[in-house]
Amino acid sequence: MYRITIMQARELLQSKKLSAVELTQAVFGRIDSVEEKVKAFAHLMRDKAMQQAQAADARINKGEEQPLLGIPIALKDLICTSGSRTTCSSKILDQFIAPYNATVVNRLQAAGAVIVGKTNMDEFAMGSSNENSSLHPTKNPWALDRVPGGSSGGSAAAVAAHECIAALGSDTGGSIRQPAGFCGVTGLKPTYGRVSRFGLVAFASSLDQIGPITKSVADAAILMNVIGGKDQQDSTSADVPMPDFIQALNQDVKGMKLGIPKEYFTGGIQPEVEKAVQDGIRTLESLGMQTVEVSLPHLDYAVAAYYIIACAEASTNLSRYDGVKYGYRTNNSDNLANMYENTREEGFGEEVKRRIILGTFVLSSGYYDAYYLKGQKVRTLIKQDFENALEKCDVIAAPVTPYPAFKIGEKLDDPLQMYLADIYTISANLAGIPAMSIPCGFVGRENLPVGLQLMGKHFDEANLITVGQNFQQATNFHIQEAPV
Amino acid sequence: MDIIYLAKLARLKLTDAEKERFSNQLGTIIKYIEKLNELDTQNVEPTAHVLGLNNIFRDDRATEPLTDHDLINDSPASSKGHYEVPKII
Repeated sequence: MYRITIMQARELLQSKKLSAVELTQAVFGRIDSVEEKVKAFAHLMRDKAMQQAQAADARINKGEEQPLLGIPIALKDLICTSGSRTTCSSKILDQFIAPYNATVVNRLQAAGAVIVGKTNMDEFAMGSSNENSSLHPTKNPWALDRVPGGSSGGSAAAVAAHECIAALGSDTGGSIRQPAGFCGVTGLKPTYGRVSRFGLVAFASSLDQIGPITKSVADAAILMNVIGGKDQQDSTSADVPMPDFIQALNQDVKGMKLGIPKEYFTGGIQPEVEKAVQDGIRTLESLGMQTVEVSLPHLDYAVAAYYIIACAEASTNLSRYDGVKYGYRTNNSDNLANMYENTREEGFGEEVKRRIILGTFVLSSGYYDAYYLKGQKVRTLIKQDFENALEKCDVIAAPVTPYPAFKIGEKLDDPLQMYLADIYTISANLAGIPAMSIPCGFVGRENLPVGLQLMGKHFDEANLITVGQNFQQATNFHIQEAPV
Repeated sequence: MDIIYLAKLARLKLTDAEKERFSNQLGTIIKYIEKLNELDTQNVEPTAHVLGLNNIFRDDRATEPLTDHDLINDSPASSKGHYEVPKII
């Protein structure tokens, strides 16, 4: 029962073959049986979810139709939920209860969704493995000794392990796509500005986007229809027309141009991963897409530019955690200055502190031009690369990561190696374009999932959805079950 | 990189072990970041924001604001509707 997609659940619920209460109970039953192994959640919202399910059943019985009516959904624990904790998997927000809902939560609830709980993440979304959670590391449902990716690793693992029907994550440098790739599920980072960030705890404000993590592209389309669109509460949410993404599922890919950036297939990529991605591209060709070679020459500089910009923005965003207005406060202080310092020392984990220091450095007097301004200029070059490449094609296809899910602990002592895990995903955030990860194969003895990344023009999620849907109709990678 | 100065700017009281570890790790990261200097960016405009937005206005319509109570409730220390902090002077 819990293995179904949103699309399937909607049909069963509307035809009354299944009630929202039964579905929600089945999902919690599944959580009870596998969560101890996977540890995808930061905390559950069982009682509220059951109430929401009952309310959904009442609405269904009245004949109401809503896109997510009665569908159990999980939220990454940096999306504010009024009346329930939002911790960012950080000690500093351990007991924080937001006084308002994020806009996406209001939209999900208006659409009838049942919120089952908040998923684990790298603290403040800083990390690529979920090992930076202050709670516990989440395990990959395909191999429990491996990471689920990050920072939305809890959301991706929860979807892969069927502990929810779908989830929301957030993506600042690959945090939706990389865990989706590692966990064999579908993850879409929308265009910067497509989805409201109001109520999303900020990491790097010019890069962050909320997006769906789902069992299929069709489910991502359903969620995008609900969460996308202008929001007056977020001045950076774009006032551009919202297409019907469900319509995009029915479009053909014949004659569409698929750009292959040669830089993504040289150097560090594992041969088996490259083969799975190339096979995926062959599949799209066989469906009538025409491949063209494109170039994104500044790929090699993306990680460096990203860590300057993301850490600079993080160091300012995280200055608000000072033990005064909300969150943790140290017990160990006798004046205001050491209250700030001890609160932040005790409340933040190691990676967060490392990035605050790095961000403070690149913004500090005497270094601003050499680092921060330089990073912003290189960001322009990367953005122009995509504009040029996307003039020659409709969608770009590339790997999501150079390798499949790595072992827990493997990269923990080497922050730079961890940062380089995001080499193929970071550019889309710097350019602000939409990008999606879909399963395209399995590699190695442990049968680990590999993701194919599709990137498009600003506000052209519809083309990604069309290409992804055609791919999933022709393949069955996305319906393979994690062994957990 | 002067880690003690930066920690002070960022209001972080790092332990001695952290200071040493971060100095080494951040040294490696900054060396990596300096590969950006291979690029000539003299005539390139910086990008702070991809959509190039400016002056976004919303409708001038009154909405229900959060109350002081909603906000003060989240504070680790408050008294009589005010935030409480350790002595400043």
